[in-house]
Amino acid sequence: MTGSSNGFAVRTEGVSRQYAMGDALVHAVDGVSIAVRAGEFVALLGSSGSGKSTLLNLLAGLDRPTSGAIYAHEQNLAGMTSEELAHHRSHTVGMVFQAFNLLPRMTLEENVELPLRLAEVDRAERSGRVREAVERVSLAARLTHRPSELSGGEQQRAALARALVNRPTILLADEPTGNLDSVTGDTIMELLQEINRNLQMTIVMVTHDKVRAARYAHRIITMRDGKLVPEGASDEIA
Amino acid sequence: MKLRDLTELAARNLREAVLRNSLTTLGIAVGVASLVAMLSLGVGLQELASTRLSRSGLFDAVFVTTQANMRAFGGPPRASADRVSSQPARKLDEEARRQLAEIKNVVEVYPEVRFPTEVQFEGKPYMTTVAGIPASARGDGAFDEMKGAFFSGPEANEAILQIEFARDLSKQTDSLIGKDLVLRYAEKQALPPDDSASGQSKANRSAANDSAISNTMISDVPAPGGFSLVPRELPLRIIGVVETEPATGFGGFGRGRLLIPLQIAQNLRIAQPTDMREMLRGNTGKPTYETLTVRVSSPKAVQGVEDTIKGMGFGTFSILDATKNMMLFFTVFDSLLLIFGSLALTVASLGIVNTLVMAILERRREIGILKALGAADRDVRRLFFVEAGAMGLLGGVLGVAMGWLIGRALTIGTNAYLKRQELPAIDISSIHWWMVALAIGVSFFVSLAAGMYPASRAARLNPVEALRYE
Repeated sequence: MTGSSNGFAVRTEGVSRQYAMGDALVHAVDGVSIAVRAGEFVALLGSSGSGKSTLLNLLAGLDRPTSGAIYAHEQNLAGMTSEELAHHRSHTVGMVFQAFNLLPRMTLEENVELPLRLAEVDRAERSGRVREAVERVSLAARLTHRPSELSGGEQQRAALARALVNRPTILLADEPTGNLDSVTGDTIMELLQEINRNLQMTIVMVTHDKVRAARYAHRIITMRDGKLVPEGASDEIA
Repeated sequence: MKLRDLTELAARNLREAVLRNSLTTLGIAVGVASLVAMLSLGVGLQELASTRLSRSGLFDAVFVTTQANMRAFGGPPRASADRVSSQPARKLDEEARRQLAEIKNVVEVYPEVRFPTEVQFEGKPYMTTVAGIPASARGDGAFDEMKGAFFSGPEANEAILQIEFARDLSKQTDSLIGKDLVLRYAEKQALPPDDSASGQSKANRSAANDSAISNTMISDVPAPGGFSLVPRELPLRIIGVVETEPATGFGGFGRGRLLIPLQIAQNLRIAQPTDMREMLRGNTGKPTYETLTVRVSSPKAVQGVEDTIKGMGFGTFSILDATKNMMLFFTVFDSLLLIFGSLALTVASLGIVNTLVMAILERRREIGILKALGAADRDVRRLFFVEAGAMGLLGGVLGVAMGWLIGRALTIGTNAYLKRQELPAIDISSIHWWMVALAIGVSFFVSLAAGMYPASRAARLNPVEALRYE
C-alpha cells in the first residue's frame, strides 16, 4: 500500500466539527490534530460522544469539517468538491461499520461487487477482484448467500471484503467488533491485524474497547469531549 | 456509475417494492391509455370524415354554373361567391364545356343530370331521384364497397341503387341485383314555331330539332316555338347496390337514389325545371347547360382550376372551403381530447413523485451506504432517474396497448349499435406509429420530470445522517 511523501497516510490540523442543536452549538470535534503514518494501525479510543466517530467520518470524507484541514496522502479533503470526496471514498479509503451495513437484498458477492460498480471497474475484472477479497476473509464458500443467511462474524468479514475490494490505502473501521461476541470479535481483530501486516494497509479503528485496542493497534489515540487526551492521561478512559 | 450498472441496480430496486411500483406503473399506463384513446378517437373520426368525403368524389370536383344561376340558387357558400369574377356572365354552352376541358389538370367535364321521376318495380310505383353517373366515377372510391357491379358500358340500360332506395324496394337488398325495373319519365319534344311569335329563323328551328346536339343537353332549350312533354318508359336491369352516396353535382351531393350511366341519362331528354324559364326568356336555340362538373386530377389542383374557371366568367363551387372548416374543427377537437388525456397523465406523474419520495424514506440508509462506498451525488440522482424513467417507459408501452384496446372496444361497441340500426360498420379509432412513439416518449419524459424532485432530494442526503437512520 502506498504512503505519501512525508510518510503520513492521513493527518489532521486543528480540525473541528460543530453542530447546531437547537440554540446550542455542539463541538463534536474540537481542534484535533493527529497524524497517522502509512501502514500504521491506530485505535481511536473514547467513550460515547467523545467525537471519535465524527473524526472518522471526517477522515472518510463523509462529513466536512467546520474548520481545520484533513489530509489524505497530502490531499486536503476540506477543499474537495462532493465529486472529489466521492472519489476519495471510492478509491482511497475503505469503511467498515459496527452494524455491518450490508445491503440485505443482495448476495454476499453482489455486496462485495458494489464498490467496483461505483468505481466503474471493468466487468471482466470484477469477478477476480471479488474472489480475491472474499478469499482474504475466508468467505469464498458463501458467495451466493444473503446477509440474513450469514452469522454476525461472517457479515463483518463480508463488510471487510467489501471495504478491501477497491484496494484502498486506508481502512477506516467504526467499532467493528461492537455487535459481535468476544470470540468473533477477536477473530475480526486478528483479520484486521493480518490485513495491516500483509497489505501494509493503514488502519484507523474507532473503539471503546481499551483491551483490544492495546492488543492489536500500534498506537492508541484517546479522545474526550471532542478533544485529544494527552498521552499518559488516557488511562482514565474506561 | 455506468448506465448498465445503474439500470441493473434500478431494476433490482423496482423489483424490491414490486407491488407499489407496479401500481405506480399501472397509474402511468392508465394515463397514457387515456391519452392514446382520446388521440386515436380524434384522429380516427377525422380520418373517417375525410374518407367518407373523399369517397363522395367531392374533393376533386369543381361545380360550374353561370353567375346568374349562382344568384338564382340563393348563392353558393359566401367564400366562393366572393371570388366570382368581375368579367361579364357567360353562357354554359358546348363551347364553354370544350374550353373547360382544355384547362390544365382537368380530367373530364360533364353535365349534371338529376331529376325526380317515377319507377315501376314489381308492379308498384316508387318516386325517386335519378342521377347520371359518368364512367370515371368508378374509380373515385364511392363504389369500392358496392354490392354487385358497376355499369358494363356508358350506354348500358343498367341501374345501381342507393341502399336506402333499395330498402324501399325490398328488405333483402342483395336479392334486387339482376331484377328489372322500369323508369317512367317525361321527354321533351320541340314544337314547330308559332307563326305569331316574333320571327325566328329556320336555323333556330333546326337547332332545336337537332338531336345530335340537343340530346347531350340538360337544359335543352327549345325553339321559341316551345316544346311538348311525352311520357316514356325505359327498362333497366339492377346491377348493383351502393352504400356511399356518390356526388352527382352542384348543390345536390349524393341525392341520387337511382344511378344510371350519364350517357343514358343525357339521351332521355328529360324536361328540366329551368326549361320553362329559358323558353320564356326567348333564348336562342343555342343549347346551354344548367351546371357542369369539372373533375380535376387531384384535390391539390382544385384551387387553381377553380380560379381559372372564375377568370372565364363562370361561377364555381368546390368542397374546399367546407373542408378547411372541417380541418379547423378537428384540430380544436383533437386539442381538447389531448388536454383531457394529459390530465390523467399528470395525475399519474404525481404517483411517481409519491412512490419515489416513499422510496427515499425507505432506502435512506441504503443511500448512506452507497455514498460511504463511493457513490457521488450524481450517481444517486441518476439511480432515481433511471427508476422513474423505467416506470415511465413501461407504463408508456402498457398504456399504448391499453389505449389500443380501449379504441377497439369503442369501435366494436359502436359497430354493434350501428349494426342494430342497420348501418355500415366504421372504424372510429386509429393508432399510428407516430402516436405510439409520442405516447411512450411523453410518458418517459413526464416520468423523468416527476422523478426530478425525489432524485435531487435523494442526492442531497447527508450520508452520515443517512447511515444513522434505522
